[in-house]
Amino acid sequence: MTDAIVLLVDDEEGFVEAMSKRLSKRNMTVYKAFDGDQALARLAEHRDIQVVILDMKMPGKDGLVVLQEIKEAAPMVEVIMLTGHATVPTAVEGIQYGAYDYLMKPCDFNTLNEKILEAVELFKRHDEEAVEARVGDIAQRMI
Amino acid sequence: MPPEKKAYDKLTRNIALSVITVSIAPLIMVGGLIFDQFRSIYHEKVYAHLAEVVDKHAVNIDDFLREKLYETQYLAGVHTYGELVEPGVMERVLRSMQSQFGRIFVDLGVVDSTGHQVAYAGPYALLGADYSQATWYLDSRSGTASISDVFEGLRQSPHFIIAANSGEADHPWTLRATIDFLAFSNMVENIRMGETGYAYILNEDGVFQTRPPQNRVKDMALEPGRIVRFKGAPSGVTIRESKGDDGETYLTVSSLLKNGQWKLIYRQAESDAFSDMVHAEYVTLAIFLLGGLAIVVMAVLISRKLVARWRSLDRESELINKQMVETGKLAAIGELAAGIAHEINNPVAIMIEEAGWAGDLLADEGRELRSAEEIDRALRQVRTQGKRCKDITHKLLSFARQTDSRANPVHLPDLIREIVGLSEQQARFAHVDFTLDLPESMPLVNGSATELQQVFLNLINNAMQAMELSGGELSVACREEHGQAVIEVRDTGPGIPAANLSRIFEPFFTTKPVGKGSGLGLSICYGIIHRMGGDIDVDSVVGSGTRFTVRLPFPPPGHFQESKKEIRHD
Repeated sequence: MTDAIVLLVDDEEGFVEAMSKRLSKRNMTVYKAFDGDQALARLAEHRDIQVVILDMKMPGKDGLVVLQEIKEAAPMVEVIMLTGHATVPTAVEGIQYGAYDYLMKPCDFNTLNEKILEAVELFKRHDEEAVEARVGDIAQRMI
Repeated sequence: MPPEKKAYDKLTRNIALSVITVSIAPLIMVGGLIFDQFRSIYHEKVYAHLAEVVDKHAVNIDDFLREKLYETQYLAGVHTYGELVEPGVMERVLRSMQSQFGRIFVDLGVVDSTGHQVAYAGPYALLGADYSQATWYLDSRSGTASISDVFEGLRQSPHFIIAANSGEADHPWTLRATIDFLAFSNMVENIRMGETGYAYILNEDGVFQTRPPQNRVKDMALEPGRIVRFKGAPSGVTIRESKGDDGETYLTVSSLLKNGQWKLIYRQAESDAFSDMVHAEYVTLAIFLLGGLAIVVMAVLISRKLVARWRSLDRESELINKQMVETGKLAAIGELAAGIAHEINNPVAIMIEEAGWAGDLLADEGRELRSAEEIDRALRQVRTQGKRCKDITHKLLSFARQTDSRANPVHLPDLIREIVGLSEQQARFAHVDFTLDLPESMPLVNGSATELQQVFLNLINNAMQAMELSGGELSVACREEHGQAVIEVRDTGPGIPAANLSRIFEPFFTTKPVGKGSGLGLSICYGIIHRMGGDIDVDSVVGSGTRFTVRLPFPPPGHFQESKKEIRHD
């Protein structure tokens, strides 16, 4: 069992590669995607993804749009946004759409690490609640 | 700027000249036309008047002479030679004539066929005088009656004689009457006009038949002049215009008398005849000149005023243009910087991550490497410097776009006091004393508090850094002025050299050693203040300090009620 199952979405391949190596080394499972569509595809493939790290500025689909689609496809998954300085207001808007938090690029690795772990905690809590709710639901139906 | 001044002078001259030309040219044309018309009409009027006067007088004189001739003829007709030579008869006849026609007849006499005066009545003792060789007598023998020229004769005083022949062919006799010269002369001399107008009569040989003009050059010669023709000239009257030898132009009006034997001549200096017209002309000319002068003066004054105004407008717009260019330049640089910063962010992020990855690997597997520690230090250095790059790009980005640019009502004194509080520790080290003048009554401005904090923090930090070595006084004051909030940050530091003063708002311009300052602080302040519709400027005297002045507009009343929520998408 790994600490976290993460999907890294960024059009900068070098960044994704380096970051995934470092995260993997810290006992995380990292999936990679280089644009919005790939991200949704990966999300569909790997149902166990807990946290998505999403770049705001990508060619093709805008980060904000991708965020909304992720939230639709997998409402439980937590999203941490990576933003350039100029896109901070967008990130703030992203939080209104349900993103967990945003980080300024280039981000401090330790901060990111902490944020991921926090997000995973939140995910797990939500997951448990969901499971409990489902169990409760089933139990009620059985009664 | 001499060439510019020249251009403005030329403009002034052109405007003045065109105004003068446009206003004076029609004046001259209309004036000239009226002047010319007036002149010719007036000339004609004067000529006509003179001709008429002379003509009338000529007719009068002719009538007078004819009358006298008829009277003499009548006398000769009603009396016989025998009657007249009787002693005392002539006296009686003369008296009755004088009582009837006035004292115009001086004397009467009867001359027989041999030319001897056989009867006489009058003041002179001329009985028995011999006229057989006298011109008048010889002339009179050819016709029935004659009027002689003026001559002095036996009595040695000018007079003229009217002679009437009578009697039968075998015994002709002549009645002669002398006309009073003075009375006749006066009749002519009465024709006087102006100062120089004078009339006289000449005979065919050019001898004066009246007294020659008094007080005048007696025999002033006139050059043969041109004959003046004009409308409505009476027949028999000619007007001649000629130059006298005294340099004046004279008008000579002449009319024939006594069947062409005599000539009535009226002479007047032209200047005198036309004196009224000349006077009117002078007055008109004076008015014209004064008016022209007024036009010229006004044209010059107005064009000068106009060009001066123009010039100041030009100068203003030039200044505004310069400011626009300056602002535009900074904005363009800001955009550029933001773009570059954005592009640099990604590679820097990758570098930092790769260095971190290398560090991770080293920590796990590289312990046995001899230079592990050195490699670790190098990787840390890469990360540190990468972070510095990140800081710079972040600052650069905030020059163009702000972290929290939402506008709220801001109370400037509170905001500034907060910042001063933050800086107090640092101020103690730098031996800087704060002087604050922040009236609580300051109205609120509309702006982003974080941005304004950044601006004032920057200004205060700069001021403190400027005074770091020597210490000094830092005064921050705010006040309301002309509907604007004015905030002044003044230090007593070394001042900014003039060469740097124009560049301090440029991004990356810094006088601090490499690595100490990014050169972005003031350009960010500039961007923030201008985005808020305000203005920031600096004046500095080397050696005595620097003052930054920030001006911010107050929002229009009621502005605070609107909630402004703007979120930009990039």
